[in-house]
Amino acid sequence: MDFGFKISPSSAVNLDNVDLTLYNRLLEAEPDICKCIACGSCTASCPANRFSGMSVRKAILNLQRGKEKETARMLSNCMLCGKCTMVCPRGINTRHLILSICKLYKEEAK
Amino acid sequence: MKENILIIGGGIAGLEAAGQLLKLGYNPIIVEKSDHLGGHVADWNRLFPDMSPAEDLVSRLIAASSEANIFLNTEISFVNRLKDSWNIMLSNGISIITRILLFATGFTLFDASKKEEYGYGVYNQVMTNSDLEHWFNTGQDERIPEEGPAAMGFVHCVGSRDEKARNPQCSKVCCITAVKQAIEMKQKFPEAMIYCFYMDLRMFGKKYEDFYISAQKDYGIRFIRGRVSEVSENIEGKLVVKAEDTLSGKPVKVTLDLLVLMSGIVCNQQTCKTAGLLSLPIDSDGFLKSRDNIADITEAPREGIFYAGTCTGPKTVPETLAEARSAALEIHNYILNGM
Repeated sequence: MDFGFKISPSSAVNLDNVDLTLYNRLLEAEPDICKCIACGSCTASCPANRFSGMSVRKAILNLQRGKEKETARMLSNCMLCGKCTMVCPRGINTRHLILSICKLYKEEAK
Repeated sequence: MKENILIIGGGIAGLEAAGQLLKLGYNPIIVEKSDHLGGHVADWNRLFPDMSPAEDLVSRLIAASSEANIFLNTEISFVNRLKDSWNIMLSNGISIITRILLFATGFTLFDASKKEEYGYGVYNQVMTNSDLEHWFNTGQDERIPEEGPAAMGFVHCVGSRDEKARNPQCSKVCCITAVKQAIEMKQKFPEAMIYCFYMDLRMFGKKYEDFYISAQKDYGIRFIRGRVSEVSENIEGKLVVKAEDTLSGKPVKVTLDLLVLMSGIVCNQQTCKTAGLLSLPIDSDGFLKSRDNIADITEAPREGIFYAGTCTGPKTVPETLAEARSAALEIHNYILNGM
């Protein structure tokens, strides 16, 4: 039946159902990932952000919330310029982190 | 004759000040309303950031002030102003004449049941930071299952930075206490999933930041920025906690076996009553008003009255102890120089 409208799916994250297997594997390779304080320096300095919405902060957060596809999509816009590594106050090697995430997800996709 | 100094409150501030005043050759008299010394710290288990036992600190302070006159289960009934001193009548019938009063009356823990949306006193699995410390000390609490919770959460800022609860101030110590308690729970139950729901994490003190990083790196505690909006119970009797993950801008939902509310530091109503007897002003945050909030925090606007510890606002243990020593020195100077 067509009511002329439809219910949009909930955007809520249910932490009970989040599968963190891949994230935990990433943690082993990149233990510094949990040092992130979500300050947003990486996003603000990212030249790709204006055009594509690329943000390392959001990429990390999406992984923690089980939204891996969104992270993969986001990272495809990264130019690996390394500006985010330069500005990170916690000294996280974000460039290396991005490469590690890509590598892990590629393995997973196989 | 040794000068009498009346100390109101036998918590760590009162005890430390009494110990220092004894060393300076005075006669401190401690009036404590409860049946034990050490105040809130005596009910705590371990203290951040070095996890030193609270019991050690309290027993050291008690030993150092053992020569003082101590009245437990006693309150101040009324006060008469004499020419240059006060006649203080205690609830046990004893009257004390003194020129000098030291308020070390401390704080009250926020009553978490006032925040009904968190379900304290409604759901069985909701407890406060102080309940958890009590469990660390005694091992007795029905809310904590023997095998430990599979998932648990900490809610920061309960009754702090909350204008509706009439406590706009930050309680200062809860952020780090939550991190400490989360680590302690993870040490006891390594399999447990632990979440902290926070607004800001205020890691201002020595080694706090290291502590926070260790909680994430070494213990895998998950921090979610967002105030818990609602706690409910599902059909299995577990807690369903809802919040907004403000970093991603999406609502989150999680099922927990245990929820710990970080009750904040609020002003002690009884202190305000006693302050009223002496016509002492209350500051806009509800705590006692010092002569000057920067230079003379330990002095009241009235001569001969001094403050130490959390009666003037939330403070950590080392800050309280430092203030008690400072107040003792101020009292010493006042007696020597009359100023």
